[in-house]
Amino acid sequence: MRIAIASGKGGTGKTTVSLNLALSLEDAQLLDCDVEEPNCNLFLNHELEKVRDVGIQVPAISNDKCNLCKKCVDICRFNAFVKLPKSIMLFPKLCHGCGACSLVCPQGAIYEEIRKIGIIERSSSQTCGTELYQGLLNIGEPMASPIIRALKEHIDDTRTVIIDSPPGTACPVISAITGVDCCVLVTEPTPFGLHDLSLAVELVKEMKIPHGVIINRHDIGNDSVERYCLENNIPVLMKIPYEIKIAELYSEGIPFVLKMPHWKERFVDMFRQLQVLGGC
Amino acid sequence: MLKQITVISGKGGTGKTTLTAAFASLATNALIADCDVDAADLHLILHPKSTSKLDFYGMEVASININKCSACGICRERCRFGAISKDLFIDEHACEGCGVCALICPEDAIIMKEHKAGEIYRSITRFGPLAHARLGIGEEAGGKLVSMVRKNASEMAAMYEINLIVIDGPPGTGCSVIASISGVDLVFIVTEPSVSGIHDLERVLEITTHFEIRTVVCINKYNVNEEKTSLIEEYCKSKGVEVVGKLPLSEIPTKAMLESKTVIEYDDGVFSGTIRDMWHKIITCDTSKKSDTNF
Repeated sequence: MRIAIASGKGGTGKTTVSLNLALSLEDAQLLDCDVEEPNCNLFLNHELEKVRDVGIQVPAISNDKCNLCKKCVDICRFNAFVKLPKSIMLFPKLCHGCGACSLVCPQGAIYEEIRKIGIIERSSSQTCGTELYQGLLNIGEPMASPIIRALKEHIDDTRTVIIDSPPGTACPVISAITGVDCCVLVTEPTPFGLHDLSLAVELVKEMKIPHGVIINRHDIGNDSVERYCLENNIPVLMKIPYEIKIAELYSEGIPFVLKMPHWKERFVDMFRQLQVLGGC
Repeated sequence: MLKQITVISGKGGTGKTTLTAAFASLATNALIADCDVDAADLHLILHPKSTSKLDFYGMEVASININKCSACGICRERCRFGAISKDLFIDEHACEGCGVCALICPEDAIIMKEHKAGEIYRSITRFGPLAHARLGIGEEAGGKLVSMVRKNASEMAAMYEINLIVIDGPPGTGCSVIASISGVDLVFIVTEPSVSGIHDLERVLEITTHFEIRTVVCINKYNVNEEKTSLIEEYCKSKGVEVVGKLPLSEIPTKAMLESKTVIEYDDGVFSGTIRDMWHKIITCDTSKKSDTNF
C-alpha cells in the first residue's frame, strides 16, 4: 500500500507524521519526495549510499553542422535557445528536455546529452525497520519533478510505502502523490492551515485519491478545521496536541514516537484506518 | 530608486507570511507582493479589495482530436513526461506543453490549446497596494506566475510612486523561489532552531550566495532550542550573514491570525518591538554592494 503524506501549507508536520508513522510500522519504505528540502534523514541518521544520478536529456549543438536556420529557437516553447550572430546559445536551466529541437533540426546538428540535476540516495544498511530513499535537487536547479519521478521508480510494493510529499498543490506534489492508495493531509487549526488544507483537498478530490486529515498542534487555534472536515465528510485521522516536549524533540531531530512510545499504537491505529480508506 | 526585499525560508511554516504582514503594517510607503502563489495566505490577513484581475495562461497543453487520431501511439512513445496514457488520453497535469506530440503526429490530430492556470490580481489593502495571484490547483508554471506577479508589482509601484516592494516568497529552493529572489536587493530568511530549519537555511543561503544577493536572517521560536540557535548564529557569522533578530515562541502570531490582524496591530509589546527593530535594520541597511557580505 502506498500512502502519501501531504499538505497545502509548509511546516505543518508532514515530515514528522511520515517519520513517526514509518517508525511505528514494522518494515516501511519511506520515500522523501521533498527533494528541494529533504529532511527525513536528519531524523533517521541513516548512512546513505548513492543509488544514481538523475539527469534530464538536454540538447547540445554541433557548431560545424549548424547553419543558424533558427528552427530550434522557434520550436522551443520554453525559450531555452537564443540566436546570436554566429551561434545558437542554450540556457540549460530553461530546457525541459522534451527533444523538440533535435526533431526539427534539418542539419542533424543537435545531439542530446544528459545534464545532472540531482541524485537519489538510500539507506546503505538498515539500522531500523525503515528503509529510506531520498532525492536531492541540486542547488539552483528549478525542476523537482524529474527527481520525484525517478525516486518513485524505486518503490517496493511488497512493503508499506510512505511518501513524504513536498508542500503546496503544484506540479511536484502531483508527481509525488500520483498513484498512491490514500493521502494523509497534515494541517494546523489556523486560518492559514484551513485555507491551504482546502486547496489540498481540492487537489486530492480531483485526482480521486481517498484522503483523511491530521490536525497537528490541534489546541493552538480554533475549531474551523474540524468543522470543515465534518462538513465535507473528511475523516480526522489523528489530532496531535501542541506539546513543548514534541517541539523540543523535533528541534533535536528525534521522531517523538521513539521517546513517547504510547504514540506508536496511535500511529498503528491510524494505519489501520488508512488501510480501510485506501481499500487495501 | 526602487528597492525590493524578499522574505523566504527554505522550510515551510517558519513564519514568512506572519512577518511579511507585520512589515506591511510597519512600512510607510511600500507595496506588498505575495509570490507564494502555490499557497498564498497573505490575503487572509490583509483582506485585499481587488481593483483588477487578469487571467494567467501557463504553458499550452496538448489535445487529441479523436476523429483524426489513428491510434498509432507515436505521440505516447515520444512524450518524455509520461503525459499520454495507453488509451491515448492526455493527462493535463503531466503535460508540460512542449508540443512534441503535435509536431510528430502523422495524422495532424494533436493541437496545442491555451490553458488558464491561474489569476493575477492588483488590489488595495489597509496598508497600501498588494500584487498577488492564485495558481490553479495542480498547475505548473509557478516560476512564470511569480515573475508575472513581480512585473505587476513593479508597474503598480511606478503608478503609486512607491519605492519599496516587500515580497512574500515560497518555501523550497526550486523555480518559484529562484523567480521570487532574482534581482532583488535583499533577501530576508526566516528560520527556526531545529535540525530541519538549519538544513534548509543552509540550502537557501547557497542559493542567495549563488545569485549574489545580500541576505539577512531572522531566527523565529529561538527559545525552543537555544543550543541550535547558537549554532545558527555561529553558522551565519561564518558566512558573513547578519542575524537581524530573534523572536521567541509565542501565541501572538496565532492569536493575531485568528483575528485577521498583523502581529503589529495585535500586540504592542516586546514581540512587536523586536519586529520593529528588525524592520528598521533591513530598510536602513546598505544593499548597494551586493557581493560584499560584510556589514
